Amino acid sequence: MKKKIVLIILALMAFVMCYPILFLMTGSLMGKQELIEHLKPMLVEKPEGFITMGLLPVFPTLKNYVQILMDSPEFFVMFWNSVKITVSILLIQLFVGVPAAWAFAKYDFPCRKLLFTLYIILMMMPFQVTMLSNYLVLDHLKLVNTQLAVILPAGFSTFPVFIMYRFFSDIPKEIIEAAQIDGANALQVFRYIALPGGSGGIISAMVLGFLEYWNLIEQPMTFLTDPKLWPLSLYLPEISAKTAGSAFASAIIGLIPALLVFLAGEDYLEKGIMASAVKE
Amino acid sequence: MRSSRTNYTGILFLLPSLAGVLVFVLLPFADVIRRSFTEMPENKWAGIENYITVFQNTAFQMAAGNTVRFLTVCMPLLILSSLAISIFLNNQTRLGQLLKSAYLVPMAIPVASVVILWKVLFHQQGLLNGLLTAAGSATVDWMNSKYAFWVLVFSYVWKNIGYNIVLWMAGLSSIPASIYEAARVDGAGEWKIFTRITLPNLSKVFYTIVILSLLNSFKVFREAYLVAGNYPDESMYLLQHLFQNWYRELSLDKLSAAAVVIAVVITLLVLPIQKAFYLER
Repeated sequence: MKKKIVLIILALMAFVMCYPILFLMTGSLMGKQELIEHLKPMLVEKPEGFITMGLLPVFPTLKNYVQILMDSPEFFVMFWNSVKITVSILLIQLFVGVPAAWAFAKYDFPCRKLLFTLYIILMMMPFQVTMLSNYLVLDHLKLVNTQLAVILPAGFSTFPVFIMYRFFSDIPKEIIEAAQIDGANALQVFRYIALPGGSGGIISAMVLGFLEYWNLIEQPMTFLTDPKLWPLSLYLPEISAKTAGSAFASAIIGLIPALLVFLAGEDYLEKGIMASAVKE
Repeated sequence: MRSSRTNYTGILFLLPSLAGVLVFVLLPFADVIRRSFTEMPENKWAGIENYITVFQNTAFQMAAGNTVRFLTVCMPLLILSSLAISIFLNNQTRLGQLLKSAYLVPMAIPVASVVILWKVLFHQQGLLNGLLTAAGSATVDWMNSKYAFWVLVFSYVWKNIGYNIVLWMAGLSSIPASIYEAARVDGAGEWKIFTRITLPNLSKVFYTIVILSLLNSFKVFREAYLVAGNYPDESMYLLQHLFQNWYRELSLDKLSAAAVVIAVVITLLVLPIQKAFYLER
C-alpha cells in the first residue's frame, strides 16, 4: 500500500517532468482564436482572470507550423545556424578530443597527471569565467561576430575528452599488447582497437554534446552581435496575440532534434552520465 | 605502453587538443591574470587594487551572496530528492526504467522552448496563480519578488534530477547484493542496512554528484536570462548576471579580477575530486 502511494507520487512527478512537451504541443496545435482565449490575461493591458491551458486542443490545426515554416525566413536561418554550429563543434570534438582521450587513457608522457588535472578543472569552469579569455583571443584572431567565435572554443572543450577517457580506460591492455606484438603501429592500434572499443564513449560524448550545444545561450549572445548569425536557442518570439501560435510552433520545432537525439541515444546518454561517476 | 620509446606518441595524440586549449583558454587566461593586477587604460601595475574594488562592489556582494544561497538551497534539495527516488526506483525493474527515462526528458528540452512555459506558468495572471486562486490563497508575483529565486531553484531541480538519479543508481547498483544478504541473515533492519551499508558505499559517487551538481548549477543562468533578462529580480541576480553585465559595460578590470577569484574557488573545490578519477591503465 505504502509502496503504491510512493509510486503514484513518482508517476505524477514524471508527468510534471514531461509536461512541457505536452504543453508546447497543445499550444502549437491550437488555432489563433483558441490560443488567444487561453492566453488572454497575458496579452491585454488590464488583465482579468488567469491564463488557462487545455490538455489537448479542441480544434487542432497545423496553421502555426505552416506559418513558421512558410512565412518566417529568419526562423530557417536560425535553425540552419543551430545545425551548423552544433555539427561543427561536435566534428572538432571528434577529431581533436578522441585522440586526446586515447592519449590520457593509454599513454604515459611527461606531465600527464598535471595535464589531466588541468582538463578536469577546465571542464568545471562556467562560461563566465573564461568569457574574457575567450574574447581576448577571438578579438585578436578577428573572429568576434563570426560563428567560429562560438564553434572554436566549444570544439576544444575538455568535457568530451574526460567522458571518452573513461570508456577508453576500460579497453584491456592485453588486447593492445597483442596487436603490438603482431606489428601494429600506434595509428593502427588507434584505428582498429581504440575507435571500435571506445565507440560507446564517443557516442555518449556526442549525445551529451548535442544536447548541450543545441542549447547554447551565453556564447552566441556574447560573441555574436549580428542576429543573422544567431542559433535557434536565441530565437525568442514575443508572446503577443499575433505571434503566440508561431512561438509555440517554433518551440516544438526547436525541440524535435534534441528529443530525437535523446530518444535514439538514451542508453548512451545514461552511460555518458555514469562515466562521470567515480568507479568503485 | 609505458616504455620510454613510446613516450612521445601519447603527446602527439594529445597535441591537437592541447594546442586548442592553450590558444583559446590557457594563454588568454594568463593575460586575464595579468590584467587583474593592472590598471587600465594606463596599463600600469595596480597590485590587488582591482580585487579590493571587486570585493567592495555591492553588486558583487549581492550576486555572490545569491549564488551561495542558491547553491546551499538547491544542491541539498536536488541531491537528497534524487537519492530518495533512486533508492525506490532501484527495486523496480521495468517501471523504474520508464520513470528514469521520464525524469531525464528535461535534459532534452531546449531552454528556449521551455521558457515559453515558464512565462505562462509564472506570469502575474499565469497558470500557477490561477491554481492558487482556485485553492483560495493569494496570488504571488513570481518573477518580480523574492519568489523569483524559488522559480530558479525549481527550474534547476526539474532539469537536473534525472541526471542525478542516473548517477545515484549507478552507485547503488555497484553495491554487491551479497553484502545486503549477509546483513539480512544477521538480522539487520532496513534502516540499519541503509545507514551502515548503503550510505557508506555511496560516498564516492556522492562526491561526484556534488561536483556535477555544482557544474550544472552554473547553467541555470540560461533559464534565468531567457525568462528575466539582464536585470532580473534582485533575489535571482547571480554572479553569472554580474559577469555578463560587466562584460557588456566593458568593466574589464573588475571582470578579470572576479574571473580569477571564481577560477581559484572552483579549482580548490575540484582538486580533491580529481585524484579519484585517476585510473590505472
